[in-house]
Amino acid sequence: MRRSLLFIPGNRPNMIQNGEVLPADALIFDLEDSVLPQDKDAARDLVASALRTMDFGSRERIVRINDLESPHAAADLAAVVPAGAETILLPKTGGRKAIEDLDALLTDLEDQAGRRQGETRIIALIETARGIENALEIAEASARVTALALGAEDLSADLACPRTREGLEIFYSRSRLVMAARAAGIEALDTPFIDAHDLEGCLADTRFAIGLGFTGKLCISPFHLKTIHEAFAPDQAQYDQAHRIIAAMRRGREEGTGAVSLDGKMIDPPIVRQAERVIELGRLAGLAAREGGPSK
Amino acid sequence: MELIAKGRAGTLESGDVFVTVQPSDRLTINLESPVKDAYGPAILETVDQVLNELGIQKGIIDLADQGALDCTIRARLATALRRASEDGGGDE
Repeated sequence: MRRSLLFIPGNRPNMIQNGEVLPADALIFDLEDSVLPQDKDAARDLVASALRTMDFGSRERIVRINDLESPHAAADLAAVVPAGAETILLPKTGGRKAIEDLDALLTDLEDQAGRRQGETRIIALIETARGIENALEIAEASARVTALALGAEDLSADLACPRTREGLEIFYSRSRLVMAARAAGIEALDTPFIDAHDLEGCLADTRFAIGLGFTGKLCISPFHLKTIHEAFAPDQAQYDQAHRIIAAMRRGREEGTGAVSLDGKMIDPPIVRQAERVIELGRLAGLAAREGGPSK
Repeated sequence: MELIAKGRAGTLESGDVFVTVQPSDRLTINLESPVKDAYGPAILETVDQVLNELGIQKGIIDLADQGALDCTIRARLATALRRASEDGGGDE
């Protein structure tokens, strides 16, 4: 489950080392914006070497490569795919063709590296007006695409509007991206909260994004990880209720009942999926089911 | 791979290693490290492995280690060697 996806500058060994212990669900080793043009080769070597030898545990190993139009992208992929990158974060994804081109490059590299075809996943980072308008075709361009992610800093520049703490200027883009991702049956990842020291703002921003349907949040500061996880954690009553829903659904199956209800409300597959997600989020937050469930 | 120029990679930040390589008619490896007594032999073994993998038999290799992990030493040395070789100095 991807609640938090932390960017780590690809040319900073001490920060890469911290990736072994930080409580992020996923690590994004960045070869793009955080790396100077003259250091692209060094960052690529460093990230590939770290992927080959370091133990990041259950954290998903994602690499943000350079723009496919840049002279660096092919070399980035050739270095990190054989080294074990699980997912490629593609910046500035504007349409279906970019995903199809990346898919073809990954297929060749998986072939050469002896990796299973289709094993390398893609997260499409959408940070242009064109990308927002093409969000659904991007989400459906390849089975490798497991999430759409929003990059609001570049997007607001493309929209020629100021970026604010409240984020009203990206409300439509957030909604559009969530709708496209969920229509395609994949995850929606929210833009990072930029002020590393404003934990209150980060909490409110993450809760707002969750309310729109986002399933995870990009993150540029380790200080935000705990706050993001707090925002995603269900409370005890929600967690207990999710357990009651799953228990009722199981009883219904055992008894061969077609339709199942709980507290007078029908339980259908979307409710079951939501309950399963709440249970997983609760488990990650350290909650334990109470005997007998909620008092209701 | 053959060294034809001076090549550098890395920094003097904690956890990194600053590597300088240059052509020479024989192989010389100079290591400075705060953990040289404990890890010097392991670092030099890593350097030997990278040189062998890239087919480097001669050159002057200077390493200013700041407590880098093995994977960092490998990466920085490989970058510096490639920058100093006819394969070129990166993407630019």
